[in-house]
Amino acid sequence: MGTPIDTSAIGGCKPEAAICTRGVTRDFQAGQQTITVLHGIDLDIRAGELTFLVGESGSGKTTLISIMCGILWPTLGEVKVFGTDIYQLGDTDLVEFRLQNIGFIFQQYNLIPSIDAANNAAVPLIAQGMDRLEARDKAVAMLEKLNIGDQADKLPRQLSGGQQQRVAIARALVHEPRLVVCDEPTAALDASSGRRVMDLLRDVAVAEDRACIIVTHDNRIFDLADRILVLEDGRITHDGTDVPEGH
Amino acid sequence: MLWIAIRMLTGDAQKFYGLVFGIAFSTLLITQQLTIFVNLIERGASGVYNVSSADVWVMDPVSRTSDVAYALPSTALDKVRSVPGVEWAVPHIRAQASVRTKDGDLEGVAVIGVDDATLIGLPKRMIEGSSAVLSRPDSVIIDDVGTTRMFPGQSPIGERLELNDQRAVIRGIADAIPSFTSTVVLYTKYSQALNYVPGTRNRLSFVLVGAADPAQAKALAERIERETGLKARTRDEFAQDGIDFIIENTGIPLNFGITVALGFIVGVAIVGLTFSLFIRDNIKQFGALKAIGVTNRKIRRMVAVQAGLVGLIGYGLGVIGTVFFIWGFSSNPTFKGFYIPWQIPLVSLIAVFLILALTGWLALRNVLKTEPASVFR
Ligand SMILES: Nc1ncnc2c1ncn2[C@@H]1O[C@H](COP(=O)(O)OP(=O)(O)OP(=O)(O)O)[C@@H](O)[C@H]1O
Ligand SMILES: [Mg+2]
Repeated sequence: MGTPIDTSAIGGCKPEAAICTRGVTRDFQAGQQTITVLHGIDLDIRAGELTFLVGESGSGKTTLISIMCGILWPTLGEVKVFGTDIYQLGDTDLVEFRLQNIGFIFQQYNLIPSIDAANNAAVPLIAQGMDRLEARDKAVAMLEKLNIGDQADKLPRQLSGGQQQRVAIARALVHEPRLVVCDEPTAALDASSGRRVMDLLRDVAVAEDRACIIVTHDNRIFDLADRILVLEDGRITHDGTDVPEGH
Repeated sequence: MLWIAIRMLTGDAQKFYGLVFGIAFSTLLITQQLTIFVNLIERGASGVYNVSSADVWVMDPVSRTSDVAYALPSTALDKVRSVPGVEWAVPHIRAQASVRTKDGDLEGVAVIGVDDATLIGLPKRMIEGSSAVLSRPDSVIIDDVGTTRMFPGQSPIGERLELNDQRAVIRGIADAIPSFTSTVVLYTKYSQALNYVPGTRNRLSFVLVGAADPAQAKALAERIERETGLKARTRDEFAQDGIDFIIENTGIPLNFGITVALGFIVGVAIVGLTFSLFIRDNIKQFGALKAIGVTNRKIRRMVAVQAGLVGLIGYGLGVIGTVFFIWGFSSNPTFKGFYIPWQIPLVSLIAVFLILALTGWLALRNVLKTEPASVFR
């Protein structure tokens, strides 16, 4: 059964935390109304662990991980990623920080339609300034690990949903970021492909100085988690190694 | 990243060609219309350009251009000759006349009488015959535009005309820049011209002057004005007078101005719409790139490369189109001698740049404003 929420986290951030959030609140404007989606989240994500985030639809999972990976500004609170207070960075520095340190897979892949799978997967390396052909080779190797090496030359529209998702996964991992954030990475995949993706995430993203957060509904893979967090209406209600009843 | 930018652009063939076409069309419209405009108003100076050896033109103070001139008393010639610094001075007649052709048609012509002794006043080059034919009685030389107008598809050599009840025989064709109205021009000797032009007492239109020092033409013109009380203009000034006259007295600048403005507006509309549609279609991809770690500066550069590529291709096609247009019509007398002054492609390049900068900037504002997270929802 779940252990009680780790209140020792509240206070200053521990230097060894991969991600540390303090009082993270996010409001959205819906017409005249202001809705608060996250209510003061205090969380420490430990390096070297595969952390799962589960919760009902609309509970704020995507919002929370977007804030953790530096693409959505919290209304209140601070977020440190490997010791860097990312929302204190200037715009350009934050973009650069993401490029060097963070990989993400969202429910929308947003692949570029006019370049092939390998080039799509190579985008972070190209953005880092690597020679295009060298970047492409690395991307092809990553696609091979994801079992779609033979699709490297195809355009996104020639791929199935699951294949497109794996291209997006390759794009998230190709530059070996220290933090990988995934929103439903196995949703479009069959059981064996899903396993394969999870194994790969473990290989690439789980190490001493790395961290990986996965949002998932997929109970087929819950057993792979080192830690499971439950989000309910914008609050963390469970923090443990297993899933509470009803999820 | 720039490679990706180009692929994003060319990957969407429909919009890519739309953009190239829009730019090419605007460039063509602007370049071609400006070219015709400039060449057409320069025709206002053709009378001056055709007599390139005259450094200074002397005329009655009320005369305005080579075609709008009031006659001088013949004593003016000697007065001008006595001004220091005048190397030579010759009489020059330019007058309107009506000519009866062999078939009995009536045609308005310009009769130009050139100095009997030196033949100064005749265009430099002849297309057929030589200037020496003027020494034969009743000879006239027709200009090439006149040939195509009065004798389409046949040689005018040997044709007889009736001018002011006098006989005239065409014995040569001059290679001349057509006048603004493309009037038929007949060149003849000064003494002969006096017979062809219905008589009043004064028929001398201009005194053409060669300066002892052509570099000092301006000073010489001023001295002639002081000493003779006549009006004297250097060749360049008088050419400009002819151009200004057309600009001031016709609707041409306005009409062409409107077409050029339309070209610009069509360009902004087509290119603006297609370009912003293109950017909007790719806003998720641009947003994803931003999220992954591409700075706004690099995204701006990507869009600049996309704009630059369609701009260059479209502009190139537009200019080539104009060249083909001018070249294709070069045998038509209306377009004779048309050329594209280098300033015009530069002007249309600036117009294309403005069109793209304007539409690119507008389209880009959305991209730069998007919160990266919003594209993953
Ligand atoms: N940009 C936005 N504008 C307005 N409301 C938003 C915005 N983003 C999220 N929300 C609201 O915040 C709440 C949480 O959204 P979020 O996407 O984080 O949920 P989720 O837990 O990821 O759900 P799912 O499992 O369906 O993906 C929802 O009620 C949503 O409507
Ligand atoms: Mg979600």
